[in-house]
Amino acid sequence: MAAPDSCPSIKNILLLDSEGKRVAVKYYSDDWPTLSAKLAFEKSVFTKTQKTNARTEAEIVMFDGYIVVYKFIQDLHFFVTGGDDENELILATVLQGFFDAVGLLLRNNVDKRTALENLDLILLCLDEIIDGGIILETEASIIAGKVATHGLDGAASLSEQTITQALATAREHLARSLLK
Amino acid sequence: MAQPFVKKDDDLDEEEEYSPFYGIEKGAVLQEARVFHDPQLDARRCSQVITKLLYLLNQGETFTKVEATEVFFAVTKLFQSKDTVLRRMVYLMIKELSPSADEVIIVTSSLMKDMNSKTDMYRANAIRVLCRITDSTLLTQIERYLKQAIVDKNPVVASAALVSGVHLLQTNSEIVKRWSNEVQEAVQSRAALVQFHALALLHQIRQNDRLAVSKLVTSLTKGSVRSPLAQCLLIRYTSQVIRESSMNTQAGERPFFDYLESCLRHKSEMVVFEAARAITELSGVTSRELTPAITVLQLFLSSSKPVLRFAAIRTLNKVASTHPLAVTNCNIDMESLISDQNRSIATLAITTLLKTGNESSVDRLMKQITNFMSDIADEFKIVVVEAIRSLCLKFPLKYRSMMNFLSNILREEGGFDYKKAIVDSIVILIRDIPDAKEIGLFHLCEFIEDCEFTYLSTQILHFLGNEGPKTSDPSKYIRYIYNRVILENATVRASAVSTLAKFGAMVDSLKPRIFVLLRRCLFDSDDEVRDRATLYLNTLVSDASVGGTDEDVKDFLFGPLDVPLVNLETSLRNYEASDIPFDITSVPKEVKSQPLAEKKAPGKKAIGLGAPPSGPTSVVDAYEKLLSSIPEFSSFGKLFKSCSPMELTEPETEYAVNVVKHIFDGHVVFQYNCTNTIPEQLLEKVTVFVDASEAEEFSEVLTKPLQSLPYDSPGQTFVAFEKPEGVPAIGKFSNLLKFVVKEVDPATGEADEEGVEDEYQLEDLEIVAADYMLKVGVSNFKNAWENLDPDNERIDEYGLGVKESLAETVSAVIDILGMQPCEGTEVVPNNSRSHTCLLSGIFIGNVKVLVRVSFGIDGSKQVAMKLAVRSEDPDISEKIHEIVAEG
Repeated sequence: MAAPDSCPSIKNILLLDSEGKRVAVKYYSDDWPTLSAKLAFEKSVFTKTQKTNARTEAEIVMFDGYIVVYKFIQDLHFFVTGGDDENELILATVLQGFFDAVGLLLRNNVDKRTALENLDLILLCLDEIIDGGIILETEASIIAGKVATHGLDGAASLSEQTITQALATAREHLARSLLK
Repeated sequence: MAQPFVKKDDDLDEEEEYSPFYGIEKGAVLQEARVFHDPQLDARRCSQVITKLLYLLNQGETFTKVEATEVFFAVTKLFQSKDTVLRRMVYLMIKELSPSADEVIIVTSSLMKDMNSKTDMYRANAIRVLCRITDSTLLTQIERYLKQAIVDKNPVVASAALVSGVHLLQTNSEIVKRWSNEVQEAVQSRAALVQFHALALLHQIRQNDRLAVSKLVTSLTKGSVRSPLAQCLLIRYTSQVIRESSMNTQAGERPFFDYLESCLRHKSEMVVFEAARAITELSGVTSRELTPAITVLQLFLSSSKPVLRFAAIRTLNKVASTHPLAVTNCNIDMESLISDQNRSIATLAITTLLKTGNESSVDRLMKQITNFMSDIADEFKIVVVEAIRSLCLKFPLKYRSMMNFLSNILREEGGFDYKKAIVDSIVILIRDIPDAKEIGLFHLCEFIEDCEFTYLSTQILHFLGNEGPKTSDPSKYIRYIYNRVILENATVRASAVSTLAKFGAMVDSLKPRIFVLLRRCLFDSDDEVRDRATLYLNTLVSDASVGGTDEDVKDFLFGPLDVPLVNLETSLRNYEASDIPFDITSVPKEVKSQPLAEKKAPGKKAIGLGAPPSGPTSVVDAYEKLLSSIPEFSSFGKLFKSCSPMELTEPETEYAVNVVKHIFDGHVVFQYNCTNTIPEQLLEKVTVFVDASEAEEFSEVLTKPLQSLPYDSPGQTFVAFEKPEGVPAIGKFSNLLKFVVKEVDPATGEADEEGVEDEYQLEDLEIVAADYMLKVGVSNFKNAWENLDPDNERIDEYGLGVKESLAETVSAVIDILGMQPCEGTEVVPNNSRSHTCLLSGIFIGNVKVLVRVSFGIDGSKQVAMKLAVRSEDPDISEKIHEIVAEG
């Protein structure tokens, strides 16, 4: 268990589909040493959260001494797990960074199919957010930028793309909050 | 709003066949990986294959050692390609494969080249990969580059090096510690994340140096930290410094509090929350310090973001346990959270309200909770039930509405743990609130009419048997109990029979009717039920005819089994069927803490331990057997107590000796367990010369020497003392080990003929008052306490002076008295300012003693203690006070 005066740490990041199956997962702690322990954790996270509506705002649940923040879009479920003495808002920031970066990388076509078609981008994205449990970056545009400078379409157009995309997302967010 | 999503999902289900990885197979992908060896690399194709491999690993597929090595070598070929995407995938793949040391060498040069490349993205990633797979020899080679990278102007490169430093510190701390100058420079970086990573690393490098951490905090809190994450770190380090410094300074302004308070006005919510949480967790936080933190948390409660609401309510919930008044301001906000979509938040809100609520709001609160209970999971319900129980104990006058609530939820669906929590709560309320008894028992009766859990039914029946007969109209319970005999399984039937018998014994008017019911049970299909019915019928009927044994019967039915069950079990196992009936008084009463102590020191092999390590569960039995086998001691009577072994020598000395004190009514026997740890020596005629000049009431009666003590095979010598009968005499004894030492030839193992007399000074030992006290627990302290004559109660107050903590004081007092803590009261909750501890024991002469001791600690750590003693003998009560006064 992390001491309260230690560095914020992330225990895992999960991207599951609407049936709770893995799209991409990454574990950073030894809390779940075996594959079956990992799958059991994913199953209980999924069942505990599937009935909730985490589509507009990130939601949060605490169980078994872990805090899980999560957000859903289409048929994809995003989860970030931390220890139970972690600052919830830090976890939420990581989740938001991951969520938005994936949105940018998949150009707002965020669903399971597109995610699997671009699995390399998703995996690189995870790699740029957390390194061994330590937060590397939380700003979605920077994360996406780091992943996409190596994208298939060449660097120049993409960095522009990122900005337009970012604006689009921002607009969408605004519209959503107005509608609510 | 939700409609289009659902539709989309349906569409997807229909075309689910489509997935880029549909039908993927490990063998086939490994075959495909051959393209890595192509002389003309197709970068795009290679990335796809790596993605597939990563997909397999991500799905939980594993590669065999051979497969992993093969893939690894193939992947290293890909460094030839200049394709950037491919290179990133190669990095990922290498990290996933976590190659062995000899494989690492293959990629080291390629990675080092990337580390010094012109592309920043290559450099950052190559650093992370290399540091992940490196070992200390390789690390010294690349150390120079890493130091440069830490202060690199590109933030991504600097962060990569710093984060790698944090990881490497675990394994190669010496090397990383040499980087602290560079890291310190990086703390001043303008890039937010670099600052965060540098601060984390710098703190970890210096974490064992309090002064350095304090300096770091002092300089940074003046305001050069920009990144919210780094700010959060700084708050954590600051509270660490506050925690450590508060131990030295007594009163006055808390250092750095201003900084924490200023963070409450930070623009990032993350920082605000971190600071608020840090303030609430300060040890001994005052309500004035709490107020600003509570105010920001209160604002968070009405946020639109669930995460923020959750974080705030969770923190308030913790505060409410220690400072309920500070949280009452938020009550209105929390009440609106009861209907929160997020059930975790709602549950936390309710339990917090239950902690802060006042008497007048209870009814309203209960109404709100009732609606809420139906749609939350069992685990939340249990939390709520426990909170309600403590609330009810706080406001006993409100028992009616809470009892009703508990009975309502008891009738609803729920799992075992949930139902058990409810039943436990009702039982506790019945015990503590006399007015609630009848209504509570009635609810329990209703519940067992339709209870699917055997365990709960038997618990309730047992409880009913003890409490039911004492109510105004016991007869109304009989129907419920007898229904169990008709309807339930054998286990429940058996306990129902016992319960009936208890009613029969206590309520004379019911006796004839109970007999009729018990006789019917004689024809039960189950042995146990029939046996119980026969037993009870006989005891109850004979009592009616002979008379005068009424007390015995009640004692038999209600009296606590005053021996620990484990001891009874071992005694029964050892009992061999013969003409002599089993005697329950022969079961030792000492509660065994031995197994626990054994567990604590598993690695400590019996080098210096003379005590035979065999069978820790029956140490007392073993002692008793040992002593009774020595004819000289047989006249001493029954062994009252054997203390746990006490070392008389330093560990790893030539001779290891420990002593076990055996207390009899008029005698004390010291059993010295000796071990000879010198292979070249044989000891003979080993005795302990005891000087009892500081123990006036004791006089030595006999010594039993140990004839021979060869190397590494423990033996015992005994010294017996006489003392006044039944008196808890105390004294100090000094010990001198005397023996004849003979040289042994290690080759042949033969000892010399001639020996030399020698002696060896041992440490002193003491007989203290606690040695005359047996640790014997009671199952229900309150009942036991009330059953003892209040006239024998002696109360006094003591000032104990300044103590480190309450917990420490409590355990010290328990040790002095040598009594058994009851109902878990030996545990002192953190930060509590007062505590009551319940102790029970049997004093020499078989006098039952109960102690209720309350402690209080004030701001300057002055501890006061109020000690109330009840026992069967007023003199003993006095005696206990003397013990404490002397201790």
